[in-house]
Amino acid sequence: MRRNYAAAVLGGLLLVSSLAGCGGGDSGSEDGGDDKLVLGFSQVGAESGWRTANTKSIQESAAAAGIELKFSDAQGKQENQISAIRSFITQKVDVIAFSPVVVSGWDAVLKEAKDAGIPVILTDRAVDSQDTSLYASFIGSDFVEEGKKAGEWLAKEYEGKSEPVNIVELQGTTGSAPALDRQKGFADVIAGNPNLKIVKSQTGDFKRADGKTVMETFLQSTPDIDVLYAHNDDMGLGAIEAIEAAGKKPGTDIKIITVDAVKDGMTALADGKINFIVECSPLLGPQLMELAKKVDAGETVEKRVLTKETTFTQEQAKTELPNRQY
Amino acid sequence: MISIFKNRLFWPAAILVVLLVINMFTSRQFVTVQDGHLFGTLIDILRNSAPLILVGLGMTLVISTGGIDLSVGSVMAISAAVACLLIQDLDDQNSVGPVLLIIGIAIVVSMLMGLWNGALVAIIGIQPIIATLILMVAGRGIAQLITDGQIINVQSGPYATIASGFFAALPVALLIAVAATALILLLTRRTALGLLLESVGGSPTASRLAGIGARRLTIMVYVVAGGLAGLAGLIYSANIKSADSISAGNLIELDAILAVVIGGTALVGGRFSIIGTVLGAVLIQTLAVTVVAIGIPSEANLLFKAVVVVALCLFQSPTLREKVFGRLTPRSAAGAEVTA
Repeated sequence: MRRNYAAAVLGGLLLVSSLAGCGGGDSGSEDGGDDKLVLGFSQVGAESGWRTANTKSIQESAAAAGIELKFSDAQGKQENQISAIRSFITQKVDVIAFSPVVVSGWDAVLKEAKDAGIPVILTDRAVDSQDTSLYASFIGSDFVEEGKKAGEWLAKEYEGKSEPVNIVELQGTTGSAPALDRQKGFADVIAGNPNLKIVKSQTGDFKRADGKTVMETFLQSTPDIDVLYAHNDDMGLGAIEAIEAAGKKPGTDIKIITVDAVKDGMTALADGKINFIVECSPLLGPQLMELAKKVDAGETVEKRVLTKETTFTQEQAKTELPNRQY
Repeated sequence: MISIFKNRLFWPAAILVVLLVINMFTSRQFVTVQDGHLFGTLIDILRNSAPLILVGLGMTLVISTGGIDLSVGSVMAISAAVACLLIQDLDDQNSVGPVLLIIGIAIVVSMLMGLWNGALVAIIGIQPIIATLILMVAGRGIAQLITDGQIINVQSGPYATIASGFFAALPVALLIAVAATALILLLTRRTALGLLLESVGGSPTASRLAGIGARRLTIMVYVVAGGLAGLAGLIYSANIKSADSISAGNLIELDAILAVVIGGTALVGGRFSIIGTVLGAVLIQTLAVTVVAIGIPSEANLLFKAVVVVALCLFQSPTLREKVFGRLTPRSAAGAEVTA
């Protein structure tokens, strides 16, 4: 975490110095002073604590980088996001960035942005467009890797044990990149151990309430659940409520692995109700602003930029918890 | 035999029974006693149906006057946000008095939201679907403003009780829903209120000429719908001990309208069925549980639900029934069925 901030500060400093250099050479050649870089950003929504931290990071770092941010909230609906992107195109913003609600169905609107000469940066979630020239770069976590990390911890936990382990999985929003990839990464790793078996898998839409109701039904329809793998903290937190209501101890009777590491999740991890959390950092604002300035200036950027992330055990959560901002 | 099939509630009830029987086989404990209260799949279904039942009741009354209320989901979110924000600031979140007061405040706020809807519809004369669309869109924004875009967590025992608690071995949430249903049944079927609502829905002009205060009645149903949605929002948020402005009540207006339609209330107003709506709400919740219990893949969830709902609507259709049963029964009986 602290390392991330350090990186961000360093990045910011580099940016400022490079800008200063730029400004020195160009002074007077540009008209007025109001040709601030305009970034249109369409957020998925505010479905979780993670997302609000992501929003805050982007808003704060835009202000810090002197970028004018046009922010639009898609409220979890692709059609809202497409109309937001269209309106950014009409407003002739300099750069468009967005976190796609789902992976498919973006070709048409991305083509419109390309035709209008506006570079697009994907944040946090990818799209499945075959034509990668439709966007400049994709900055975000590697969800497959996150699923793998979750699976690796579990495989290690049950290493050398012979009895079968029943796993239930709470998937994210059906069709979304994090849900598909976290499912795949996890499944790939545990396939190496025939004892580890996913007995039930169902969507909880990344929401607490759905996590709770789906877990209630899992508990009723599946005997002997040993492990719960939830694609985000919030569904895991909802499931904890259901497990406790069923008279079982979360973290002990049923081991819980989640992804994200938001404050509420880390608190439950420190309390021993969750066993392992794979971090998915939302603080990609500074990296995004840097990227936006580069693509606007026409520099070549890497097609794939990864955010820096780690994993947490219960012990690590206790030390990390006081520093959690989101 | 034919007369049973003709009852609009026969088919929803039959499908509900089929789904419950499926759940009896898939669940380890259908109904049992654990920790001194009832527990099991059936109890989970009934408990989780409570918010939809409450919203559906309000929707039934609104639809009976020929209106519709799209804002119920947003009102749920506002109510939950108000309650959790206030409870969070309590010195002792476990003291019953202040929590009850806060629940009261949240419901009053929700009724004010209903008053706004009612005023737009009855006084300004905006079409209900448009009038309530305003609050549907703006309301979720208001809820997010109240919670500052965050999920607010509360650790209040008394608050959690309204969703997950038990009284006399029964879930409190279910008791709240049953009490609300009983009260509305009493008011609409034991007094002239139900008749007046149906007459307003049937013909507002004729009702007004007959001396019925159509305007006042219309405002009243929106206020009641708002209050019930607020109560549903409290149960929803108490269930997860947090206010989640984005997902609380998201798209519940559609489920509520579906419950009303399954229950046999005409969308154009007039005749309505309270029990039918409750049946519809429980059916929708059971369907959601069944999807998980029998292990339908996430991608096929909506398809499965759609197939059941379409089948149900086809069974309920008198025209289709006549075509199917008309062939099997003597012509005279089929004719009688249609005219009945």
